[in-house]
Amino acid sequence: MKPFTVLNGGCVLMPYENIDTDQLIPARFMNRTRASGYGGYLFYDLRYNASGGQIPEFELNKTNGSELILVSGHNFGCGSSREAAVYALLDYGFRAIVAPSFGDIFRNNASKNGLLTVPLADQEYTRFVRQLSQSEFKDVKIDLAKQTLGFKTSATFGFEIDPAIKRKMLQGIDDLAETLQYQAMIENFETKYLQNKQWLFPK
Amino acid sequence: MIGSLTLVEKICESHRILSKEGMDLLFIDRHFVHEGSHHAFHKMSSSGREVRHPALTFGVADHYAPTGVGNPNETMSVMISRLRTNTAQHRIKSFDLDDARHGIVHVTMPEQGLSLPGTTIVCGDSHTATHGAFGAFAFGIGASEVAHVLATQTLWQKPVAPMRITITGCLPFGTSAKDLALYVIAQIGTGGAAGYAVEYAGDTIARLSIEGRMTLCNMTIEMGARSGIIPPDDITLAWLKGRALAPVGADWDAAVAQWRELKSDKNAKFQKEITIEASNVVPMVTWGTAPDQVAAVTAKVPSDGVDDAALRYMGLTAGQAIQAMPIDQAFIGSCTNGRYSDLLEASRVLRGSQIKVPLLISPGSAEVARQAEANGLVDIFIKAGATWARSGCSLCVGMNGDRVKPGQRCASTSNRNFKGRQGKGARTHLMSPAMVAAAAVAGCIVDVRQHDGYRQSGAVST
Ligand code: SF4
Repeated sequence: MKPFTVLNGGCVLMPYENIDTDQLIPARFMNRTRASGYGGYLFYDLRYNASGGQIPEFELNKTNGSELILVSGHNFGCGSSREAAVYALLDYGFRAIVAPSFGDIFRNNASKNGLLTVPLADQEYTRFVRQLSQSEFKDVKIDLAKQTLGFKTSATFGFEIDPAIKRKMLQGIDDLAETLQYQAMIENFETKYLQNKQWLFPK
Repeated sequence: MIGSLTLVEKICESHRILSKEGMDLLFIDRHFVHEGSHHAFHKMSSSGREVRHPALTFGVADHYAPTGVGNPNETMSVMISRLRTNTAQHRIKSFDLDDARHGIVHVTMPEQGLSLPGTTIVCGDSHTATHGAFGAFAFGIGASEVAHVLATQTLWQKPVAPMRITITGCLPFGTSAKDLALYVIAQIGTGGAAGYAVEYAGDTIARLSIEGRMTLCNMTIEMGARSGIIPPDDITLAWLKGRALAPVGADWDAAVAQWRELKSDKNAKFQKEITIEASNVVPMVTWGTAPDQVAAVTAKVPSDGVDDAALRYMGLTAGQAIQAMPIDQAFIGSCTNGRYSDLLEASRVLRGSQIKVPLLISPGSAEVARQAEANGLVDIFIKAGATWARSGCSLCVGMNGDRVKPGQRCASTSNRNFKGRQGKGARTHLMSPAMVAAAAVAGCIVDVRQHDGYRQSGAVST
């Protein structure tokens, strides 16, 4: 996992609520291997029409694709647990998502892959979006160590993140590698726990 | 803190290996895998890791299972064979398409007696919440977490805030657990339980069948919750006893002794509490593209504060009546409503009727299919003109080629009406099995309470 420290970049604004993982990556593309890349399939059914042509009104089709931050409405990433939604966002080039709230599993998946989710309270979100649409130069800065989001020159907004997730993202540490350090504790626990849980194993 | 814990807190406590930075490392009792777990298996093989507890891991092919006639296409075959190879390589018991135990993971695993009270259950699928019907702490995880569980049989979890939904009173004639779930979502919204572990309580729940409990826990995910749980009781134990892979003999007795203790303490603190009166529930229909865009069948598409994008996508106008809206096709199946009791409900409408639009019925498992065949339900379906398919996720998610065409309107017993869920441009209306059957017969959305055959069939409320 790539460490996440400070991010400077442009935003794409998609101010809709409930952008679910079926929209982020339609189910029919989920058989792809990770190595083959998911970026081209992000928002596929919103980006392309039936004959494969770009839909000009769709937000991602109005930019040059260099933006690093996606700004969206409530409950972003709700729906299925497919981690491919995170792969698609990352492979497209996004490093952070700003929204008032996120789907529970999506947020978890994002953190495991180095995609930062930035939750902003409703009023802050509205203020942020207002500034974003007024600002000609969409140069946004996210500082994970300081837990701030803002424009280079003006106001900044604070955001919450679990300390464990923050530490792992800053250092780019993989969960599994860390857990394996506790192997002895896990084994001790198991031995005791499974003693009176023999019924867990089907006979 | 003794004497003030919720059931989920107790389960977490008994499974906690260690805590660090506000996160608990929990032991996982049950891990279910399916075709979608291929990313996780790939992570395992690329790092040369072994599955820590193959005997606590169970696989099944469902998302890409062919439900129609003919053979699977290449994608489906590849996905199913990847699961076969991965589970075989790691010595994981897996129910392949030709196994009599195959079906949708959230139907088949409970049916085999694998979903047990007081356990932690995970699966790379959001509707894992379904298994909370047995008093398990069950939740969906992503591919990275699937790999973590495969390798360690543990998972990091931040303690989830508890919420209680108390439901009292009798569900009226013509309504089911599905209507109840949609009714709750209508009250609290798709974010109403966001970040919570929901526990259901109340006399309605105490009377609810296991199948109804599974439907309700399944839909809890559409309220934004991490999980839904119902404390185990006599109904749970009676349902589990004798299932093929459930504990037997001394194991069963030991398990039951532990399960009897599983309930929230009297003084347990729930951070959010809501109460629902079941007698107010009516047959519900979603009109929009999120499960909380839902109304009574007798209502109109709302005109206040309505989501224009949803209306445009669904081809509806604000203020339009939901009843009599023409549909193009119908689907009965999925992990929400693909169990035998759901098919039985549908048969009460379909007996002696003829459908006007295509109706696909996909049983939730091969076992459900056998029961439906043995008890004559399939004859009723076929006489009515429906297509009796094989078991799998089918039209719920459209991964196996079963799809709704762009702009077509489908009455469906599944759980998500998201844009494109049943196929690009597909318009999904979620409802109960009886309501879907009635819509298929009428060719439009109707109130099943008015259906003569259904009224006379002695259908009772759950
Ligand atoms: S039936 Fe639908 S919701 Fe259930 S597991 Fe399959 S795809 Fe997911």
